Formats: sequence, structure tokens, C-alpha cells
Amino acid sequence: MSAPNGITGITLLKDLRLEWRSKDAINSMLFFSLLVVVVFSFSFDPSAEESRQIAGGLVWVAFLFAAVVALNQTWAREIRNQVLDAYRVSPAPANSLFVAKTLGNFIFVSVLEALMTPLFIVFYQLRALGPAWQLLLVAVLGTWALVVNGTFFAAMSLRTRSREIMLPLLLFPISIPALLAMVQATTSILNGEGARFWIVLLATYDLVFTTVCLLLFETVLNAE
Amino acid sequence: MKRAFPILGVLTAILLSYALYQALVVAPTEKTMGDVQRIFYYHVPSAWTAFLLFFINFGASIVYLIKRNPAADIVGLVSAEVGVVFCTVVLITGPIWARPVWGIWWTWDMRLTSTLVLWLIYVSYLFLRRFSSGGQTPLLAAALAVLGALCVPFVYFSIWFFRTQHPQPVMGGGGSIDPRMLHALLINWLAFSCFAFLVCWSRYRLEKLQRDVDHAHAMESLLDHGGSGR
Repeated sequence: MSAPNGITGITLLKDLRLEWRSKDAINSMLFFSLLVVVVFSFSFDPSAEESRQIAGGLVWVAFLFAAVVALNQTWAREIRNQVLDAYRVSPAPANSLFVAKTLGNFIFVSVLEALMTPLFIVFYQLRALGPAWQLLLVAVLGTWALVVNGTFFAAMSLRTRSREIMLPLLLFPISIPALLAMVQATTSILNGEGARFWIVLLATYDLVFTTVCLLLFETVLNAE
Repeated sequence: MKRAFPILGVLTAILLSYALYQALVVAPTEKTMGDVQRIFYYHVPSAWTAFLLFFINFGASIVYLIKRNPAADIVGLVSAEVGVVFCTVVLITGPIWARPVWGIWWTWDMRLTSTLVLWLIYVSYLFLRRFSSGGQTPLLAAALAVLGALCVPFVYFSIWFFRTQHPQPVMGGGGSIDPRMLHALLINWLAFSCFAFLVCWSRYRLEKLQRDVDHAHAMESLLDHGGSGR
């Protein structure tokens, strides 16, 4: 039990350190979602009341697109110098690599969200009418849903031609229910309505897809 | 086995013509919608057939993941392809009917939306099969098929709740159906399922032959290479 934990920890630390030194993923995500915020603001030109109605969708679409930027980079890094092949022949369990990558992406996207949320609040004059702490719950569950599937599909699209375009093609259809739940939960909370159903749905989605991704990851990693 | 195919073909042709007759002549004209309603005999059976095929795709993918049986992989591929075709028929016939009856081509109603999402999931499956090359394709596709199939209940529940929260002034369904209409519907479904099975069968044979040819080519070039020196 301690060995896989060690591998997860080391891989995660290595990814965090690489990211800390290069800041590639976080910078490109930040700038990208900033662009999305600005473009949306021009295209819809919303009033404060309208903003509250559309903000849930806006925020999550921006984060989804930005997350794809980071997800595409996760495995690309391991392709160089055949690191992934080395990993595959090593006796280390595949799932600890998957968990490390997922946690790494989760941290990146969470940092992005923490930095972007104030900007959204300022640009769109947002104020939650419902309990704001629930937004945190939705953010955690929603980010996990995006990241766990995203990491899995990024590993999958690694094996295809034109892999950068393949990831959104695979990720978006499967993420539709999660995205709907995140958007609806956020909008409900901002409008002071109950979001219980959506949060439960999101939690179930996370549970099911995390389990299945863990079950299938080894197969996908070693597929030849 | 060789002779079963043309026999099934003839049977399907007879069944389809009988179903056509049932749908266009025997089934009574609907009172409010008129003849437009007859598209129902093509729309609903296509939907049921598509769902059946997607279910077969799920089953075949699980079998492939467990047993790594190439036949299961071909069944998965074929059922997804034909299923997407039938699902497309559903998505096209729906608006054709909706335009005169509802007055709009499309609405984000629960059934329409969930069928569209289902279609998107399986199109992405076909994309993956197209874009990945080599021996790992079946495994990746099977993994995606399992995830996609697991996504279906979530799609259904989320859109159901989404749409019951914001009800739409669009027909509620239910009500009774004339037994002759039901008969025409079921006959059409049978005919469509036979047709789908026939198409899947011939596509299966084609894929099998294609793989055999590819394999033979690979072996041949390997032998040539080995024979010509080095």
C-alpha cells in the first residue's frame, strides 16, 4: 500500500515542480480563460441581472476550455524522451500514475479557478443570493469531474493522430451531464434556489467515473 | 450460413414492404395531426433500433475488454456505426414531424436533447476509431464505449430534471393508441430490426474480410522483406 502511495506522491511532486519552474500550463490557462471572459462579455453585453442568469454557464465553459489546454500538456510531457514507455515497462502500478496526474491537473485547474473567480465577480457584478459555501462544493466536484475524465481521455488521445483535437472530441460529449449539473448548480445558487439535486448528481457522476477510469486506465496505458 | 444471408434479405424485403403497407394504408389517419403522424412509424422504430444497437455495442465492448476477442470488437464497431445511422434517422425525422405539428423544427425538450447527446457520444466513439490506428484501437474504443454507455443514465437524469424544472408547452405524450396503429408500429419495428441486423451482418463480413486482407498484406511484406536480403 505504501509503495503506490509513494509513486503517486513522487510523480505528483515532480509535475508540480516542473509546473512551478516553467508555469506553462497555468499561464496559458489563465490567459486563455481571461480571453474567454472578455470575448463573452463583448458578445452578450449583459446587465447584472442577466449576468446572474448566464454566469454559471460562462464560468464553467471558460474553465472547461482552459482545462483542455492543461490536460493536453499532461501526457505530452511524458512522451518526450520516452518517459511514458519507461513507466510502462517499470513495475509501478498504472493507477498511481493516473491518480498523480489527475491530482496534478486538479490542483492546476483549482488554482486557475481561484485566480479567475474574483475576475468574473468583478467583470460580471456577481453576488450569490444563495449559500455561497455551496459554490465551493460545486467547484470541487465539478473540477474533479472534468479532470478525472480529462486525464483519462488525454491518455487515450495520446494514441491517436492529431491528439490535440481528439481530447475535446472525446471529453465534451461524455462531460455533458456533469457540465449541465455544474452550470445548473451554480446558476441555482447564484439565484438563491436549491441546488441539492445537482450536487448529488455531480457527486454520483464523480464516483462512477472515477471508479471506471481507475478500472480501465491500466488497459488504456498498456494498449498496444 | 452462406445461404442464410440471402434468405434473410428476402424476408426483410417482404417484411419492410408489408410494414410500409401497414403504415401508409392500414393504420388509420390521426385525427388532429393528419397524415404527418405517419412518420411516427419510422421515427419510433428507428429510435428503438438505435437504442438496441447501442446496447449491443456496450455488451460487445465489455466482452472485448474481458476476453480480447476480435469478433466482439467488430460487433462493437458495426453496431455503433449502424446505430449512429439509425439515430441520425431519428434526429432527422423528428424535426420533419415537429415542424407542422409543433410549429418549430427543434426544441430543447428532454427526449430530443438526450437523443442528441447520445448521438454525440457515439459519433465521438466513431471518431476515436477513425483517428487511432494500429492494434490499440479496439481496446481504446471498448474503454470509451463503456464510459459512454455509463454516461447515458446521467444524461437521461440530468436532462429530465433540467426539463421538468422548466416545463415546455410541448406535447406530453401518453393517451391511448389505436390497436391498428400499434400493430403498424410493431411491424415496422420488427422490419427495421431485421434490416439493421442485415446491414450489421454484411458490414461485419466486410470488416472481417478487410482485416484478413490487411493481415495478409502485412504478412506478405514481412516475408518479402525477410527474403530480399539483410
